[in-house]
Amino acid sequence: MSDYISHDHEHDGIDRRGFLHCMAWAGTGLLWTISGGVLASRTLAQIAKAGEPLLSATDLSFLQISDSHIGFSKEANKDVTETFRIALDRINAMPTPPSFLIHTGDITQLSKPEEFDTFDQVLKSCKTKDVFFVPGEHDVLDDGGKFYRERYLKNVEGKGAGWYSFNKNGVHFIGLVNVLNLQAGGLGQLGDEQLEWLEADVKNLGSSTPIVVFAHIPLWAVYPQWGWGTSDSERALGYLKRFGSVTVLNGHIHQVLQKVEGNVTFHTAMSTAFPQPAPGTAPSPGPMKVPAEKLRSLLGLTSVQYKQGKTALAVVDSNLS
Amino acid sequence: MITITRKNKMAALLCAIAFLNLSLFARGGEMKNADGAKQNKIEIKDFAFNPKTITVKSGDKVTWINRDEEPHTIVSVEKQFKKSTALDTDQEFTITAGAPGTYTYFCSVHPKMTGTIVVEK
Repeated sequence: MSDYISHDHEHDGIDRRGFLHCMAWAGTGLLWTISGGVLASRTLAQIAKAGEPLLSATDLSFLQISDSHIGFSKEANKDVTETFRIALDRINAMPTPPSFLIHTGDITQLSKPEEFDTFDQVLKSCKTKDVFFVPGEHDVLDDGGKFYRERYLKNVEGKGAGWYSFNKNGVHFIGLVNVLNLQAGGLGQLGDEQLEWLEADVKNLGSSTPIVVFAHIPLWAVYPQWGWGTSDSERALGYLKRFGSVTVLNGHIHQVLQKVEGNVTFHTAMSTAFPQPAPGTAPSPGPMKVPAEKLRSLLGLTSVQYKQGKTALAVVDSNLS
Repeated sequence: MITITRKNKMAALLCAIAFLNLSLFARGGEMKNADGAKQNKIEIKDFAFNPKTITVKSGDKVTWINRDEEPHTIVSVEKQFKKSTALDTDQEFTITAGAPGTYTYFCSVHPKMTGTIVVEK
């Protein structure tokens, strides 16, 4: 792996160029892991075969799934329910089951009750029952998210438009909503009320507490020309600056991208429904049509592991090939 | 700009009318409706309103049609006309232009998408 490291600014064995190489792997059926300066790649299938337990009792493993778009039936993927089901099968096959799932939004294509119903029905096949949600813009289309909030915030104390936090194994998780009350010409938005809540939420936490923030639209400027960013995310990140480890997990853009800034790792997940083009490579960010045999290599999920004593969380993407 | 109608079969009708009166295409997306009112069409494609700015007469109809595989909405920035529900592929939304003035609107799902309607007397 050392071939990939040429500029190690953080003295952690990782450089920007190395990340780009790793990102390329994501589309070829390999996984990549970044943890404590060690880069590694293997597939979920390989892990399953080896049968090795990855974690000790005090560690934490969870899964991020995103952008299932149940109800979408266009050429880019005519059966998104099936690919969502396959993603859940992969989770069920993991030798060490994740503690819980995080769904980073766009559960449905058009916010229709029957689409939510189908999602819930398929989700029942997942052995991991604990699921935390944040909404995507497709989940709040005509009712401002009322239906979504009534159904998907049952196990959390949702505030405002549905944001919340919780703690697991010493890690502080924060679910944010950045898809409502969007302004003409603008990007994703958190809004003053949510930002004030966030400031208060983390105020009394020790700086060594690992933080995981998850929201639908990226909290970094991936490609503002396509709306891939959040206008007031800088303010949110300002409140998290003093923490030694911050992991930001987003969806929305249907592809793996990663950026590291100081102690903050930004990461976007693949969709389980259809891929979208790389920033600026198409006239618009609409669903990307690929040959049928290639589709599942561009869909996937993200596994995240926290090992006590390690600063950075390990973020591992795997596709559905 | 209040009256709302959503007619999925409108496209076929408009095509038939256009065939009989091709000269009207000379003025951009403007066509005549069955009742004689001007029918102005805005196509939504590749996450953009086309034309981005349209000039119409008070009383004209303005219709958006979504040609993307993404849902889009039509929302007046100043809440000057009723917003659309989310339009799926090939769905339409129509308003009747009201008082003269400039009306800006956007897609509340993809707020980078903005457009303008100029209503003349």
